[in-house]
Amino acid sequence: MIEVENVSKWFGDFQVLDDCSTQVDKGQVVVVCGPSGSGKSTLVKCVNGLEPFQEGIITVNGVSVGAEDTNLPKLRSQIGMVFQNFELFPHMTVLENICLSQMKVLKREKDEAEERGMKLLDRVDLIDQAAKHPAHLSGGQAQRVAIARALAMDPIAMLFDEPTSALDPEMINEVLDVMVTLAQEGMTMMVITHEMGFAKQVADRVVFMDEGRIEDDAGKDEFFGEPRGGRARLFLSKILTH
Amino acid sequence: MEMKYNWDWSVLLCRLPEDDPTGTSETTFGGTTATAGGAAQTFDTGADCAQPYLDWIVSGLGWTVVVACCAWVITISLGSVIGVSRTVNQPMVRAIATTYVEIFRNIPLLVQMFIWFFVVPELLPEDAGRWVKRELPLPEYWTAIVCLGMYHASRTAEQVRAGIESIPLGQTHAGLATGLTRVQVYRYILLPVSYRIIIPPLTSDFMGIFKNSSVALTIGVMELTAQSRQIAEYTFNIFEAFTVATVLYMMVTLIVVTVMRVVEAKVRIPGTIAMGGG
Ligand SMILES: Nc1ncnc2c1ncn2[C@@H]1O[C@H](COP(=O)(O)OP(=O)(O)OP(=O)(O)O)[C@@H](O)[C@H]1O
Ligand SMILES: [Mg+2]
Repeated sequence: MIEVENVSKWFGDFQVLDDCSTQVDKGQVVVVCGPSGSGKSTLVKCVNGLEPFQEGIITVNGVSVGAEDTNLPKLRSQIGMVFQNFELFPHMTVLENICLSQMKVLKREKDEAEERGMKLLDRVDLIDQAAKHPAHLSGGQAQRVAIARALAMDPIAMLFDEPTSALDPEMINEVLDVMVTLAQEGMTMMVITHEMGFAKQVADRVVFMDEGRIEDDAGKDEFFGEPRGGRARLFLSKILTH
Repeated sequence: MEMKYNWDWSVLLCRLPEDDPTGTSETTFGGTTATAGGAAQTFDTGADCAQPYLDWIVSGLGWTVVVACCAWVITISLGSVIGVSRTVNQPMVRAIATTYVEIFRNIPLLVQMFIWFFVVPELLPEDAGRWVKRELPLPEYWTAIVCLGMYHASRTAEQVRAGIESIPLGQTHAGLATGLTRVQVYRYILLPVSYRIIIPPLTSDFMGIFKNSSVALTIGVMELTAQSRQIAEYTFNIFEAFTVATVLYMMVTLIVVTVMRVVEAKVRIPGTIAMGGG
């Protein structure tokens, strides 16, 4: 579903991504972890074309992301993305946030979009928050709305960039629960997270990044089962003691 | 210090008799507030009311409002386009927008007014120039509107740009990630949010347009200041004439502020603080 082949990217002289290759098959959940600044967010943003890259090929569902003639808005509308800081639109209500792109991109009628929106709000257990503005939600609620907003586009895959790292500890689980359910329903997911409990529960593979390189890319059992070499072990030992 | 000055507020109530269907009551009203005798209150009966000064004031105020509001329409639309242009990726577009802002912000308004009125018609292609000079009705009014609008657009552009730049990049990414085009991201996210943030500076700019509309008198627009000055020249009641102008400008300003406060409260984004006025 998502293939990343030999991707390199520079910000000016600074190389953020160095020959990265990985893939996420249909229905798979791949967790990406690694120290701060290792290029995880950049890699995920390259997947839906939010960041351009200079070398390599990324294809999503057979469509090359970097190609000149790719209809990026159309491609992006099929890939849901959830951000660390939620990024709900502050001037709109929760329901309007969920309906905007359904109406403007998928050209759904307002009724249809709202019906779908309410279903998804019900699913993330926020049906009573539909008329609120994002500022009046807790972090956990806001992130669940953001997930609902992404799901409203009926995506074929979902990207998550540290969806729980801006949350207070007591709210992390309410978001992870939604993600676990999504994973169990067979959604194709690429998830940057340091929640190794989540990885152990639903990940098919774990990718470890360091300094722009993919240092480790292994099945979950292999990744957590065998002692890992070098930086990955050091990193794991640090975050697992949290 | 003692000043010999004959206060006479009644001149400001002078009206044309034929404009006044309820002539008697108007005369009475004028008479009660004016100098003893009350005979001087109509257009043709007293030296004091040589002209319909009240009508001049009303018409001046009307033109001030019309010129300022029309200019504001240009300001807000052009300012938005220029402000947005300064935030896009294309260097060429950004350079043009920056040049616009620098030119229109840094040349004194009075000079711009003269350039638009005296120079620009000469620079137009022959037919267009002739049309502007001969056939365009009320050329000085159109000129003032365009000039004021474009001058203030340079300021509004800066505010729109600042508003957009204050919105975190993540918002743009979130919009794009759901499949919106860049234009849609501006239309539905960046502009609506930034307008709400910049309402205070936009308000003071709108008031600035009202105040600066007085510069239009230099090219012959008979707006409030021009009419006041004319009344002062006719009646020598300079204090009354300019006091009325002052009060009316302040009232207009007050109305603008009040309306904008209401608008601001209506569209306020919960949990945000707007940018300070400037
Ligand atoms: N727009 C940019 N211009 C220049 N450098 C950038 C830009 N965005 C990111 N970087 C740099 O690229 C590197 C990788 O950034 P990235 O955000 O992908 O890291 P990350 O692994 O997601 O880190 P974190 O865990 O802190 O989110 C960092 O060193 C960062 O400073
Ligand atoms: Mg990151």
